Amino acid sequence: MKFVDEFREPEVITRTAEEIRRLADPGRHYRIMEVCGGHTHAIYRFGLKDLLPTNIELIHGPGCPVCVLPMGRIDDGLSIAQDPNVIFAAFGDMMRVPGTTGSPLEHKARGMDVRIVYSPSDALKLAKNNPDRHVMFFAIGFETTAPSTALTLVRAKEWGLHNFSVFCNHVTIIPAIRAILDSPDMRIDAFIGPGHVSTVIGCRPYEWIAKNEHKPVAVSGFEPLDILQSIVMVLRQLKAEEAEIENQYKRVVPWEGNRAALGAMAEVFELRPYFEWRGLGFISQSALRIKDSYAEWDAEKRFVVPGVRVTDPKAAQCGEVLKGVLKPNQCKLFARECTPEHPIGALMVSSEGSCAAYFNYEHRKTEMVISISSVA
Amino acid sequence: MAHGAGGKASRRLVEGLFAPLLFGSASGPLGDAAHLDFDGTKIAITTDSFVVKPLTFPGGSIGELAVNGTVNDLAVSGARAEAMVVTYVLEAGLPTSVLEAEVRAMGNAARKTGVIISGGDTKVVEHGKADSMYITTTGIGRPIPGISIDPKSVRRGDKIILSGPIGDHGITILLARGELDLEADLRSDTRSVLPLVEVLAKAAGPGIRWMRDPTRGGVATSLNELARDCRLGIVLSEEQLPVHDAVRGACELLGLDPLHIANEGQFLTVVGPEYADTALNALNLAVGGEEAKIIGEVREQPAGAVLVKTLYGGSRIVDMLVGDPLPRIC
Repeated sequence: MKFVDEFREPEVITRTAEEIRRLADPGRHYRIMEVCGGHTHAIYRFGLKDLLPTNIELIHGPGCPVCVLPMGRIDDGLSIAQDPNVIFAAFGDMMRVPGTTGSPLEHKARGMDVRIVYSPSDALKLAKNNPDRHVMFFAIGFETTAPSTALTLVRAKEWGLHNFSVFCNHVTIIPAIRAILDSPDMRIDAFIGPGHVSTVIGCRPYEWIAKNEHKPVAVSGFEPLDILQSIVMVLRQLKAEEAEIENQYKRVVPWEGNRAALGAMAEVFELRPYFEWRGLGFISQSALRIKDSYAEWDAEKRFVVPGVRVTDPKAAQCGEVLKGVLKPNQCKLFARECTPEHPIGALMVSSEGSCAAYFNYEHRKTEMVISISSVA
Repeated sequence: MAHGAGGKASRRLVEGLFAPLLFGSASGPLGDAAHLDFDGTKIAITTDSFVVKPLTFPGGSIGELAVNGTVNDLAVSGARAEAMVVTYVLEAGLPTSVLEAEVRAMGNAARKTGVIISGGDTKVVEHGKADSMYITTTGIGRPIPGISIDPKSVRRGDKIILSGPIGDHGITILLARGELDLEADLRSDTRSVLPLVEVLAKAAGPGIRWMRDPTRGGVATSLNELARDCRLGIVLSEEQLPVHDAVRGACELLGLDPLHIANEGQFLTVVGPEYADTALNALNLAVGGEEAKIIGEVREQPAGAVLVKTLYGGSRIVDMLVGDPLPRIC
């Protein structure tokens, strides 16, 4: 498979892992945050942690849109779809995310018209094919998915399609990174930058991280080799005591970003003054809302939205895990009350969330190592 | 809904509710079919319901699945299907031509595998109370001489053999639903695995410890069940897993793991190490078994779990599936 297999070549991967071991100073502990949930998932899926020396610690960042979405927003979206005339359309990612009265999938089993779509334009098609119904697209994602939502809204306006709306939960990545860096208990040496987001925003928006915070950043692809190469890049910088933005994912990410995508976003969206992030709290100017010129397609303006706020149980330590202060298995609820089947905290919800990834791929492995060493 | 998807929730439903209330305390590990002894006459019996959307898809249809599924459940329990009864639940308004096509498909599949359909029942429910057509098949079979299937007989060092490439059926169905703008040259793998099981029994009968057809929940779920039942670890080599490129591509795109995708024409078996090569050779020489592979082995650790060795010397745990596989987009 082109663009996949060459980045999974075992021999090259082994060589790159050796390079990492050479570069890492054994007397130093490295804490590198991979911002994106896609990276977290890939790291566990390919078992990359096994290839790294133990003094390189990967901290899983906030880049999982499902994980950082507060439960109240899901409740709000589902409450609109209580109206039998409304079709609730969302990505598969959303389907198992619990609201207070259950996930979209559970609501579907109880009779709500819930549809999985693969893009916002599929939701628009659904509206076109069901003129007597109203289709509400529950939009989530960072700058990766926001442009396609924007283009879909532009098209809805062009077509004059009035039985379609978007419940917008799009968030932006930079304020979240800033919130993590501003946090007093933050302890991170370098970042593996999000690849998909950067295809849209480019590399320039990260420059302040190098300039003001003196942390290296490598914008990375999602194949095993991409991630290992990015680790090499930041280790080299740390060794030379430099801090720069490097683009490992050049085959996809242009330095200046994608102008057409940014243009579509500027046409349709504006920044919200503040938005709540699950695990991180309220962050100012961190999310997008639909401009007044598109109010007719804004579900929050067309429907009565209860505006529910649901706080996570105090015992869930999602914020600490998100900031890298705790490992997933150090949270009091991990694998006890909080499991992928019954997620309590945000990070257990999506398979890209660090707790779910840890639970699925790593958790019993650790148990195994413990049991082996206790035998020895 | 997750309770029907073949993964963790399904297992909990069976172990927590059905087994204690219906089967009594005598029930052992959950197999694909029950083996009964009536004063020396041994029979195997199993039943399965088929709920598929769409009814027809590249490579097969619900009728064919309904026959092959039950034949396969019997085959991997170590029995040859002899007879079958069928129940149809039909939604009022279902075109007669659709019903006829499926009945025909069942007849053909039954003749091909040599099972007699000896009776049945039909119910029609109001329009909107069922989704076009559900089929339940119940099959009885005779034990295949010389093999005995018991997860408790699985030992450290045993080899795990997979009969062919995985994920074809599940991905074909996903694409056939037409909700995805994705096309691939793929067909469901639905078939009777009985001929291959018989080849295996002849070549390596005494070495066979366990068999299972990895349908809903995929290979990962079947092997997790085995790991739990035998309290040993299953270690797979990713390099050895047979997966067609189209399946791999679709899984990459949708964020799915081929190990979790349903199959309708493959089976897994655990054989003693001394029989592994003989078993594999016999399967590879048989029609439809050319792509069979040894995909891993049984080890002491991780007890009760499945570990996959990645191509790069790393490893990951593969759990049972919770609910249906859902694509990841954002």
